[in-house]
Amino acid sequence: MSVRIETLVRRAPGAAEKVLLRGVSLDVPDGGFVALVGPSGAGKTTLLRSIAGLDAPESGHVIIDGRAVEGLAPRERNVGFVFQNYALFRHMTVAKNISFGLDVLPRRKRPSKNDIAARVTELLTLIQLPDLSQAYPERLSGGQRQRVALARALATGPRLLLLDEPFGALDPVVRRTVRAWIRSLHDQLGLTTILVTHDQEEALDVADRVVVMQDGQIVQDADPQTLEQEPATPFVMEFLGESLRFEGQVSAGRFVPNQMNVEAFSVAGLVDGPATAMIRPHEACLENTGADTTVHRIGARYGMARLSVDLGTRMVEILRPETEAATLPAAGVSLVIKEARLFRDGKLAWAGGLAEDRPAHDMAAQI
Amino acid sequence: MTEVADVSFALPRGRRPADPLPGFRIALVATLFWTGLIVVLPLAALIMRPWQEGIGAMTAALQDSRMFAALRISFVSAFIAALIDVPLGVILAWALVRARLPGRRIIDALIDLPFAIPTAVTGITLATLYGPQGWLGAPLAHLGISIAYTATGIVVALMFVGLPFIVRSVEPVLRDLPPEFEEAAGLLGARPRQVVTRVVLPALLPATVTGFGLAFARGIGEYGSVIFIAGNQPFHSEIAPLLIVVRLQEFDYPGATSIAFILLVASSLCLMGIAWLRRRVARGMVAGAAP
Amino acid sequence: MSTTQSSRREADIPRWLLIAATYTIVGIMLILPPVLVVAEALRNGFGTALTTLADPDALSAIRLTVTMTLASVVINTVFGVLAAWLIAKYRFPLRGVLTALIEMPVSVSPVVAGLVWLLLFGTQGWWGQALDRIGVHIAFAPPGILLATLFVTFPFVARTLLPLMEQQGRDDEDAAMLLGASFWQILWQVTLPNVRWALLSGVLLTTARAMGEFGAVSVVSGHIPGLTETMPLHIETLYNGYQSVAAFSMATLLAAMAMATVGLRSFFEARARNAVIHGQDA
Repeated sequence: MSVRIETLVRRAPGAAEKVLLRGVSLDVPDGGFVALVGPSGAGKTTLLRSIAGLDAPESGHVIIDGRAVEGLAPRERNVGFVFQNYALFRHMTVAKNISFGLDVLPRRKRPSKNDIAARVTELLTLIQLPDLSQAYPERLSGGQRQRVALARALATGPRLLLLDEPFGALDPVVRRTVRAWIRSLHDQLGLTTILVTHDQEEALDVADRVVVMQDGQIVQDADPQTLEQEPATPFVMEFLGESLRFEGQVSAGRFVPNQMNVEAFSVAGLVDGPATAMIRPHEACLENTGADTTVHRIGARYGMARLSVDLGTRMVEILRPETEAATLPAAGVSLVIKEARLFRDGKLAWAGGLAEDRPAHDMAAQI
Repeated sequence: MTEVADVSFALPRGRRPADPLPGFRIALVATLFWTGLIVVLPLAALIMRPWQEGIGAMTAALQDSRMFAALRISFVSAFIAALIDVPLGVILAWALVRARLPGRRIIDALIDLPFAIPTAVTGITLATLYGPQGWLGAPLAHLGISIAYTATGIVVALMFVGLPFIVRSVEPVLRDLPPEFEEAAGLLGARPRQVVTRVVLPALLPATVTGFGLAFARGIGEYGSVIFIAGNQPFHSEIAPLLIVVRLQEFDYPGATSIAFILLVASSLCLMGIAWLRRRVARGMVAGAAP
Repeated sequence: MSTTQSSRREADIPRWLLIAATYTIVGIMLILPPVLVVAEALRNGFGTALTTLADPDALSAIRLTVTMTLASVVINTVFGVLAAWLIAKYRFPLRGVLTALIEMPVSVSPVVAGLVWLLLFGTQGWWGQALDRIGVHIAFAPPGILLATLFVTFPFVARTLLPLMEQQGRDDEDAAMLLGASFWQILWQVTLPNVRWALLSGVLLTTARAMGEFGAVSVVSGHIPGLTETMPLHIETLYNGYQSVAAFSMATLLAAMAMATVGLRSFFEARARNAVIHGQDA
């Protein structure tokens, strides 16, 4: 099921000056797995609820499978929706919860009792909880509730699955399992899935495409690799992970940082003028230049050492492989940027690595 | 950030979108119909009726000294009764929450008794209890105190009716007040009396004001539990609701309506005043706690 | 720690005073009255008390009270549920005004609650004479009693449901709607089961208030024994007619009915509280 969104606008009910969606447009192809990310208040949940028909936009269109659905009640849109807190019906058993969407069908459309029971059994097997059909939601763990909510959403056979912060209430270990499981379910059932999360790492790990939202607008819509390498704005760069920012000047094809003890590097093809360079902590290394700096080791992760570098007027933290970190001097080094993105007027102007160094994507793969 | 603001400026202003949850219309129609029929229509009649016979009827009513006496008796009795109920109610709340008294569960159940007993039953019971031959009335008569058939009887009846309001307002707050609160004050060197007057009672003040307000408002309009024990002497022990009934029996609808109207306005004002006072007290506490 | 203990000891004297005060207040204000009701009823023995209840006027008063109570409970429950649903689940203009209107009858004196119906349907009321002419009698007849009872018990169901429904939010309803449920299916299968204990509590409160209502009913009823006298009104008639035993027998019965209702209600309220607590960690 494909979803197309055209210039959707929605204001906060009762507060017209608060705009939740400022003309959002988005295309999700059939079978796509899209993650909407952004800080809270960015409008991602509003967008998701507008697709489901839970929130009605003021203007713009939602088109599902080539059909504008404005006039359609939520239940006629045939979408599966999983709420952030799951919204399981407390007074119904797991089986009753799952079969609810079938039980409320008008009599002539409703499957027979046996068919419904069979469907429930099938879904319970799918979510790997075959023995819990008679349990009440209260007795389930967070991960189990989440799977029951998913089964309930899938019972009527929707092709489009909408998930609102599906991992928010789970502990980190369960999170990773459920994440992988949802992805495999998506592939297995041939669904189109849109999920909302405020956790950028989760989005990058699970989705084909990540849509970054800020202030009711989409700032970037791209696959995870493009987002990593070519973030559209400094906000996207910062939102997707730890980053370092250096103001400076481009002159004669070289970026010269204002910060002392940071080496200049070549940015071929970029016109002269002020620019902002942003890097990930692993994209810089240290070179012995006798500069007036000091280095402290402060932690380690995934075989990388975290180093705190005092550049004289500013402290920065970078990541280097343990093997390299062990050989570094404790002082007298300069920061050498190996890969960077340059922003000008709030937009990406240049991205790449130093010509003499390894290509950028190799670097990313190593980590 | 600047371009974001520009886009919002150009947004089209659509109509207010409808809520997709079904049932709004049927619930709205039913609620408006029912509220209109049972609440708005009768109250509209009450508000419009006094002016129907012209401004003269209302001015005449406003010069009726018997009416003012009745209103004064209702308000003053309700006020005194609620005021006496405050210490009694706070003691009972304390007994329920802090003192491990034998029979605490029974006391807890008994607190709601005045809510539960129909007012007519309360009325004849208190009249008998405090009457000249009553269990309490007879000994009190020996001491030269008469309660039944006097203005004091009104206060006694209203005290009974109002007591649960104080207890049930104060009790949850007292329950939420952690014992560590008092212990901390004790450790800081406060004497027991200081702990009570400086720490516990101020914390209970907003809830007490609420309970007082509820008891007072209930007392102003109370009828059934009062009329049997009050002497119902005009100017001395005749409450406003009773005077409404008297006027109705005289087929004086404008007179009855005027009193009802004034009673309604006055008790609404009282309730608003108490809500305001409560907000002030609560704010004062926050402000006092800040430094 | 030692400071706390010594302060406890110092507090011992007022503590005993407070305990004595507690038992005195409870004894005089809360125990004596109900004991007196029963004692007065049984003054001439149990048989006499029962005989007074078998009086035709007494029986008709009981019948009228039961009928009026049932009718007002059913009607106010239906509309109370719809009103609570409307206010809790939707946002719309003048929502606050509507809430205030629904709360209004609580702060109106019972006598005024009766009077307003006479202003509409009494002989001097707006429509009283017109309706009289076509043979419709509302004031001084059971319909008037019903209207007065409805007014007095109007807010209780909505008021009990509203805080809980608002606290539960709308996710369950939205989920049911997305799964295809209609309005009645959502209301019956999702919303009402979620608030069932509170609903029961509101219904019981309505019941207790409806059967005990005196002032409002007294104004519109006309006090016709055997026809428009409810139990509270009949108690008044008997008491004023110096039939003390009969009055207190009826009072015992009425108070027992009301207290049983209120007792049931506290039981269910405790369950409702538990349901809320469970709902929160769900």
